Amino acid sequence: MTELEILATGPMTTVQDAGRFGHADLGVGRSGAADTASYALANRLVANPVGAAALEVTMGGLRARARGAVTVAVTGAPVPLRVDGRGAATDAVLHLPDGAELSMGVPARGLRSYLAVRGGVDVPPVLGSRSTDVLAGLGPAVPAPGDLLPVGPAPAGFPRVDHVATAPVGGPSIDLRVVLGARDDWFTPEAVATLLSREYEVTSRSDRVGARLTGPVLERSRGGELPSEGMVAGSLQVPPNGEPVLFLADHPVTGGYPVIAVVHSAHLPRAAQAAPGTRMRFRL
Amino acid sequence: MRVLTCADTGVLVEVADLSEVIALRAALAARPVPGVTDVVPAARTVLLRVAPGTNTDAVAAAVTALSLDGAERAGDGGTVTIPVTYDGEDLADVAALTGLTPAEVVRAHTSATWTVAFCGFAPGFGYMVGDDPRLHVPRRSEARTRVPAGSVALAGEFAGVYPRSSPGGWRLIGRTDARVWDLDRDPPGLLRPGVRVRFTEAA
Repeated sequence: MTELEILATGPMTTVQDAGRFGHADLGVGRSGAADTASYALANRLVANPVGAAALEVTMGGLRARARGAVTVAVTGAPVPLRVDGRGAATDAVLHLPDGAELSMGVPARGLRSYLAVRGGVDVPPVLGSRSTDVLAGLGPAVPAPGDLLPVGPAPAGFPRVDHVATAPVGGPSIDLRVVLGARDDWFTPEAVATLLSREYEVTSRSDRVGARLTGPVLERSRGGELPSEGMVAGSLQVPPNGEPVLFLADHPVTGGYPVIAVVHSAHLPRAAQAAPGTRMRFRL
Repeated sequence: MRVLTCADTGVLVEVADLSEVIALRAALAARPVPGVTDVVPAARTVLLRVAPGTNTDAVAAAVTALSLDGAERAGDGGTVTIPVTYDGEDLADVAALTGLTPAEVVRAHTSATWTVAFCGFAPGFGYMVGDDPRLHVPRRSEARTRVPAGSVALAGEFAGVYPRSSPGGWRLIGRTDARVWDLDRDPPGLLRPGVRVRFTEAA
């Protein structure tokens, strides 16, 4: 049986796939890879089917040993990568012989790196998905040193390229396209103008649930409480302190604070790569 | 009905009241709208999450065209019975707030027909609405840091059963051994939207 032996996980490594669909009416969120674009690219490099489970590595630090020969690819936040001590490339197909050790350093830019293994991480699915939802406590256990992660059978297809060129991931500041609403009418016109013209910084109180931002306070135009309503990833929810939270993959299914704007799905992967300290600008 | 959008990822339908939420959810279950990956009913809204690239205007038009009349107003998910031991820490407070005796609270709770309107807060936590407004009580001013799994509680217009131990601000009137959330069961949630619920006094 082919396995990945986890030697170190860095600050946090989880198993993720394309997410858990169709159970939101039971109060179960979508979860899944936070940066869906980098995750999909890693799977494509090793010719995995769409939706195969991979490892999402936050701020690098993963070390893993191949038990049996494996083919892997690392995408997303560019980590210094070594195989048995020798430098290796990200965004590239890597063949690890039995016993080889792959180790990641800390990414200079970005936040989340993805390790796809040909055949996928074959832990048992929960409600149709191998994603760990850290908010709901649902899905595969968070990998820890000493764990052996089974690798699934190799897919029929073979990798078609050795290496891909990608747009830079992460950086000191990012622009995100938003659409106002659904509750922009709960805010003053000045608040909407502020959101669209000023910068917000990602704080260290950020995780897979959401990026908690700090910046100019967004004033409400009305009092009262919003009855809880369904949320989508990308929602900029504004709690009473006036500083928005940008919801990511493990966001709560429903929320009771108004959403001033939602990040367009095409820019969600980039939002998920915003490390603490990153400055965000929101544009229509 | 008012239709709002959440960028290109969702269509948020605002309706008049909870009975329209229940009716719209049932109508969407009976006639699914193409492109919709998840339906999230809530207190006054139903959110439709859509697959990337879906035309949200077409989804909005399809929802607006749905009829909310007729049989779909009724619960469509069967009936479950939940046996309750009515010894909750807040039973006396609920009695005081409602002007009933504790025994009358129990009688009202077991006589009412409840319908799960939506789930939220945690996987398997169903927000149930009943037909006895005497049982409407405000939530506690301070939440408990730990409410045991199986606690049966009231808050606002809702009744709920805690699927697992968690913080919570609802008023606890009793407890049940019924497993409202069990991942080894399909579906794992007992209290799904549209399910009718009767509470009985455990022997």
